[in-house]
Amino acid sequence: MVKYLAKRIFYLVLTLFIVTTITFFLMKLMPGTPLTNQAKLSPTEQQLILQQYGLDKPVWQQYLSYLANAVHGNFGTSFQFSDQPVSYLISSRIGPSLLLGFQAMVIGVLLGIVLGAFGAIRKNTWVDTTTTIISILGISIPSFVLAILLQYFFGLKLRAFPIAGWSGFMYTILPTIALAAMPLAESARFVRTEMVDVLNSDYIELARAKGLGKLGIIYHHALRNSLIPLITIIGPLAVNIMTGSLVVENIFAIPGIGEQFVNSITTNDYPTIMGLTIVYCFMLCVVLLITDIVYGLVDPRIRITGKRD
Amino acid sequence: MENKDDILEVRNLKINFNTYAGKIKAIRDVSFDLKKGETLAIVGESGSGKTVTTRSIMGLNASNTEIAGGSIKFKDEEILGKTEKELSKFRGQHIAEIFQDPMTSLDPTMKIGRQIAEPLMIHQNMSKDKALDKALEMMKLVGITNAKERLNDYPYQFSGGMRQRIVIAIALITYPEIIIADEPTTALDVTIQAKILKLMKELQDKINTSIIFITHDLGVVAGMADRVAVMYAGKIVEYGTVDEIFYNPKHPYTWGLLSSMPTLDTKSEVLPSIPGTPPDLLEPPVGDAFAARNKYALKIDTIKQPPFFKVSDTHYAATWLLDDRAPKVTPPDEIVKRQKHFKAINTK
Repeated sequence: MVKYLAKRIFYLVLTLFIVTTITFFLMKLMPGTPLTNQAKLSPTEQQLILQQYGLDKPVWQQYLSYLANAVHGNFGTSFQFSDQPVSYLISSRIGPSLLLGFQAMVIGVLLGIVLGAFGAIRKNTWVDTTTTIISILGISIPSFVLAILLQYFFGLKLRAFPIAGWSGFMYTILPTIALAAMPLAESARFVRTEMVDVLNSDYIELARAKGLGKLGIIYHHALRNSLIPLITIIGPLAVNIMTGSLVVENIFAIPGIGEQFVNSITTNDYPTIMGLTIVYCFMLCVVLLITDIVYGLVDPRIRITGKRD
Repeated sequence: MENKDDILEVRNLKINFNTYAGKIKAIRDVSFDLKKGETLAIVGESGSGKTVTTRSIMGLNASNTEIAGGSIKFKDEEILGKTEKELSKFRGQHIAEIFQDPMTSLDPTMKIGRQIAEPLMIHQNMSKDKALDKALEMMKLVGITNAKERLNDYPYQFSGGMRQRIVIAIALITYPEIIIADEPTTALDVTIQAKILKLMKELQDKINTSIIFITHDLGVVAGMADRVAVMYAGKIVEYGTVDEIFYNPKHPYTWGLLSSMPTLDTKSEVLPSIPGTPPDLLEPPVGDAFAARNKYALKIDTIKQPPFFKVSDTHYAATWLLDDRAPKVTPPDEIVKRQKHFKAINTK
C-alpha cells in the first residue's frame, strides 16, 4: 500500500509538471498582456512594469524562473491584486468552492443512487420513466442555464432563496442544486443500468431462493454490487463539478476560486492562472487516487498490493 | 396428501408464459409425487418444462408467468397462490435449490461464510456468530478443507468445484425437506461431477431429505435417482422406477433418449439422435406432441392426446402404443437389448 501510494504521488507530481508546462505556454499564446486593460499608462511606464515582473524576458526564461519559484512554493504575486501573493489569494477563496463542490457531489451522487435504484426495482413502470426523464433533463440542461432558471424561479419569483451572494447556508442551496444536477443524472442512469443487470443475475436468484425478502435482497446483495462500477465515474463527475463551478460561481457571485479563475483569465493575471491550474489539477488527481483506493476497499476482487501480478 | 409417504404432490399443473408473440403453454397438465427421502429425476431436452416446473414449486417463476391451473401441495399446504412474502418464508427453509452454475450463483462481494449462514439468520433468527458456527460445520460437511480460514474468503478465491460445494452448503444449511437440484453438475468437469454427485448422495442420507434432480444427462440419472419422470413439450410422458425407465421403457421418446446415450458396448460410429425439434408451445399440436418426430406414430397420435397407460404399479407411459388395439412394434435394437436385461434381472 505504501509503495502504491508512493508510485501514485510520483505520477501526481509528473502530471502537475506536464499540466503546468502546457498551461504556461498556452497562456502566453493568449492575446494581450496584464496591462492591456490599463490604457492610461505611457509606453515607458508599461515597459517599467513589465521589467519589474520579468515579463520582458524571453518566454522560456520566464518559464524556467516560474518553475524554480514554484518548486520552492512561491507562486508569485497576483497582478490584479498587486499586493496579494497567489497562495494567499487561493487559500482565502478555496473554502466556498470546496464546500459547494463537496455538497453538490454528495447530494448528486446520493440522490442519483436512490433514483437509479428505484428505477431499476420498478423497471418499466411510471417510476422508471420519471427517473429517466429527470436524468435526461439533468444531463441535457447545462448548469449555467439551470442556474439562471433557479435564480429566476426560486430567487426572483418565489423569493425562497437568495438570488446571489455568499453569507450562510441558504446561499449555498441554489448553486448546489445547479452543480448537482449533472452528477445526479449521470449516477442515476449508471446505477439503474447496473442494478437491472445485477437483479437479473444468478446470485440474486439464489438470494431469493434462500428466502430473503425484497428489501433484504436489495440491501445485502444488489446495492453493493451495483455501486462498485459507480466509483469509476466519480472522477469524471468531479471534473464536471469543477468546470461547472467556473460558471456557476460567477452567476451566483460566489467568492470562490472558480470565479477567480475566470477573472484572472480575462485580465491576463498569469501567476493566478498558473496557481489555480495547479490547484485544480491537484484536486482532480487526489479525487482519482481516492476513488482507486475506495475501489479496492469495496470490491474484494481488487486489492491494492503495489506490485504487478 | 393422498399418500402419507408423500411430501410433495403436484396435480394437473398448467403454466403459461405471456409473451409478445402470445401465450406459451410451457407446462401442460403435469402431475407427480415426491416421497420422503427419495430422489426423483426429471429428464427431458431443453425447453421441455423441467425447470419451469421446479421454479413453480419454489415460487420463483418470472413475472410474465401465469398459473393456469392445478395445485402444488407441500405437506397438505398449498403453495400456488401464496403471496411473495409467504413464499419467502417457505423458500430456503423447507425447500432449497442448488443452482446450475456455481460461477455465477454466489454473490461476488460477500464473504462465503456469511452467504452460507444467511438462510439461518433469515429463517431461524439466529445471531450472526451462531449462524457462522453452523456455516463452518456445514463447510466441513461438504468437504471444504481449511474451512475455518476460508470462512472469510470471497467466491473468486474458490475453484468451480469448491464453489458448487458452497452452493450445496447454502441449500443444506437449514436441513430442508426438499432440495431441488437443477442440473447441479452441468457446469463442472467430469471428474468433479462424480465427486459432487457422491457428496449429494451422502448428504441426502445424512439429513434424510428428498431431492428433485433435473438433468438431461441420463448417465447421472442412473446413479442418482430412485424414480424418473420423462418430460416432453410441457408434459410428463413416462414415469417409473429407475430400472423400469432404463431397462423397460415404453414411450418412443424415452426410447429415443436412451438410444442417443452412448454405452460401453456402443459399436456404431454414429450416435443415434432424435430427428426434428420440439413443437412450438405457442400452438401446441393436437394429440401427442411427439408424433411429428416419432417414427412409430399411429394415426390416432395426431388426433387425440394419449392417456397414461399402466405398465406396473409404479410405471406409467402416455403412448397409444400401449393400447390393446395398437399394432405390435419392435423398439430400436438398443432398447430390445435393455429389455432383455430387464427380464433377466426380474426373473432371477
